[in-house]
Amino acid sequence: MLVKLAFESLKSRSSSVILTLLSIIISVALLITVEHVRLEAKNSFNRTISGVDLIVGARTGQINVLLYSVFRVGSASNVMSWESYQELKSNPMVAWSAPISLGDSHHGHSVIGTTKDYFEHYKYGNKQPLTFSSGDVFNDIFGAVVGADVAAENNYKVGDKIVLSHGTGHVSFSHHDQAPFHVTGILKSTGTPVDQTIHVSLQGLNAVHLSKTALSKVVEAYNNKQHVDLPESGINAVFLGLSSPIASLQIQRKVNTYEKEALSAIIPGVALNELWQLIGMVENLLLVIAFMILIASILGLSTMLLASMRERHHEFAVLRAIGAGPLVIFGMIQIEALLLAFTGAVLALLVVWLGLHLSSSYLSEHFGLFIDTNIFHANTFILFAIVMLVTCFIAFIPAISAYRTALHTGLSK
Amino acid sequence: MPPVPAVQVTDLCYTYSQSAQFVIDIKDWTLNKGEGIFLYGPSGCGKSTLLNLLAGVLKPTAGEIRLLGEDFSKLKNRQRDKFRAQHIGVVFQQFNLIHYLSVLDNLLLATKFSGTRVNKDEISHLVTELQLSVDIFNRKASQLSVGQQQRVAIARALINKPELLIVDEPTSALDEDARDSFMQLLVSLTQTFGCTLIFVSHDKTLAKYFHTRVNFTELNQGVMPNVS
Ligand SMILES: Nc1ncnc2c1ncn2[C@@H]1O[C@H](COP(=O)(O)OP(=O)(O)OP(=O)(O)O)[C@@H](O)[C@H]1O
Ligand SMILES: [Mg+2]
Repeated sequence: MLVKLAFESLKSRSSSVILTLLSIIISVALLITVEHVRLEAKNSFNRTISGVDLIVGARTGQINVLLYSVFRVGSASNVMSWESYQELKSNPMVAWSAPISLGDSHHGHSVIGTTKDYFEHYKYGNKQPLTFSSGDVFNDIFGAVVGADVAAENNYKVGDKIVLSHGTGHVSFSHHDQAPFHVTGILKSTGTPVDQTIHVSLQGLNAVHLSKTALSKVVEAYNNKQHVDLPESGINAVFLGLSSPIASLQIQRKVNTYEKEALSAIIPGVALNELWQLIGMVENLLLVIAFMILIASILGLSTMLLASMRERHHEFAVLRAIGAGPLVIFGMIQIEALLLAFTGAVLALLVVWLGLHLSSSYLSEHFGLFIDTNIFHANTFILFAIVMLVTCFIAFIPAISAYRTALHTGLSK
Repeated sequence: MPPVPAVQVTDLCYTYSQSAQFVIDIKDWTLNKGEGIFLYGPSGCGKSTLLNLLAGVLKPTAGEIRLLGEDFSKLKNRQRDKFRAQHIGVVFQQFNLIHYLSVLDNLLLATKFSGTRVNKDEISHLVTELQLSVDIFNRKASQLSVGQQQRVAIARALINKPELLIVDEPTSALDEDARDSFMQLLVSLTQTFGCTLIFVSHDKTLAKYFHTRVNFTELNQGVMPNVS
C-alpha cells in the first residue's frame, strides 16, 4: 500500500525523479564497474602464469621482465646471450626451460619465438596447460601456433599463411613477406595474453631477421625439405621450471650474481604481487572516488525529496486526516528514496552488464585485460546492499523533515 | 441510562507554543450523537484550531476531550491516529484528495488506514448518491473540477461510516449553485449515515441548513485576536 503510494507520488513528479534516477544510475554503474574491473583485473593478473618457477632475462626491474615476457607489453630492449641460456639450462636443478624471443608482430598481435617446451610446460590459471583446439605444435622452422583470439579475429585455420611484421604495433612498414609462415595449430582460449599471441619457432624468428639473400637461401632449402642450419642468436627471456621449489631462491641468486652477463631472475608470483600493488593503489583510489560520487548522487536524491516537502503539505494533511500517523509519512519518504535507489541500481547493473558485453573484446585486445562479463557475483550484491543502506541512511534527512511537517500539519493547511 | 454524547469537552485549554495572543478555553461543551451544528465566528478566532483538537491532530494543553465516550485526549499518538481513521471523517476547504491517486484509490486509501472492509458496490452506491458518475473512479483526483473534488471528499470522509464528521469551510472554493447542491448532499447524507456533524464556516447564509448554531466567540472563553 505504502509502496504504491510512494510509487504514484514519484510518478507524479517524474521530471525531477528521472533526473535523480539518472544520477543514481551513473554513480552506481561507476561503482559496480570499478569494483568489478578491480576484481577481474586481479583475477586476470594472477591467472596469467602458473607453474613457472623463475623467469630470467637481461638485467632490468622485475616488473619490466614480467611485463614483456608474460604480458607482452613494452619492449624487451635487452638481450640475453644464447651461451648464458645454455649454461643455465644445463644446471641440474633446472627441470625444464622455455626460451622466448620477442619484437615482431602480426596485425597488432605480438609474435614470440620459442621452442616446443613452451607448449608443454607453460601453465596458466590453476596450473592448466595450453591445449589445442585444432592442429598441433610446429614441427619445422616456419610453423606457427596462434592464440584463440588471433585465430578468431583473422579466421585462421590450420594451413593458412601468415606474414609477420617487424616491430610491434598495428601499422608496420617492414613486413617479413618472404618467410613462408603457416598455421600449424590453434590454441584453446585461456583468458590470458596467450590468446593474443602468435608462437613461432626460435629459428624461424631468427631466419626472418637474416639478410635478404641469406633468408632466401633458407627458404629455398626449406622448400626443398633440406636441413637448414641457422646460427643461434640471443633471446629475451626464459621461463624455468626447477626440480624443487626450494631451488628457486638458489638459482635466483646465482643468476643475479652471474658474472659473464648482467641478468635478472624473477619469481613470477612475487613480481605479479608487486605489479598488482602498483595498479591496486590506483584502483583503490578509483573505488574511493566512485563511493564519493555515489554519496553525492544519493545526497542529490535526498535534496530532491527535501525540496518537494513544501509542495507536499496538502498531501501530508490529507494523509493525516484519514488517519496516517507521522511515522507512516516518514516511512513513505524512506520508501520513495529506496524505490528510487533500487530502480537506479537495477538499471545500473543492466547498463554495466551491457557495457561489458560490448567492450570486453576491446579491453582484452588493447589492454590484455580479460574481464568476465558476468557481474552477478557476491561483491556486486554486497555493493547493491551498501547502496541501499547508504540511501536508507541519507534519506533520514528528508524523512525526518517530513515526519516533523506531518506532526505539525493541521488538517486544513 | 442517558445516551453517550458524541463530543464532550471539559476545561479544554489550548495555546500555540505559549503564545498569549490566542488561547482556546472551553469550560464545558457537549454534542449529542446525530446532532448537526453550524459553528461560525470571525476569521482567526480559532475554529480550525478547535477542529484540529477534536480530530486529534493537535493535543490539548490541558483539559479533556471525550469522543463517543472515549477519553480521546489521553490516547497515545498512534491510537489517536487509528481512532481518527475509524471514527472521524474530515472534509476541509480544498485539496482533500491526494492529487496523483485515482478517485478510487483515494477512497480505498481511507479504508486502508481504518482497517475497514468496504466492497465496491457500497462505494459506487455512495458515489452515485453524491451525483457523481461512476466513470470518474479511474480518473486522477487532479483531473476533477473543484466541485467534484469536494463531493469525492464527502465520499472519502463517509466511506468508513464515521460517527463524527468534521467539515471546515468546504464551500469557499465553490460557486453559489455548487455550494447549494453540496450543502444539500452533505446534510442529507449525514442524516442517512446518522453521524454527528460539526460544520464550520463564516458564511452565515449556510446556517439555514442546521438546527443548532454555535457562535465560537461565545463558546470560547479564551483570548481571541481582534475579534470584532
Ligand atoms: N500553527 C500555528 N501556530 C501558531 N499560531 C497559529 C497556528 N495556526 C493558527 N494560529 C493562530 O491561531 C488563531 C486561530 O487560528 P484558526 O486557524 O483556528 O482560525 P479560524 O477561526 O479557523 O480562522 P479562519 O476562519 O480564517 O479559518 C489565529 O490567530 C492564528 O493566527
Ligand atoms: Mg479556519
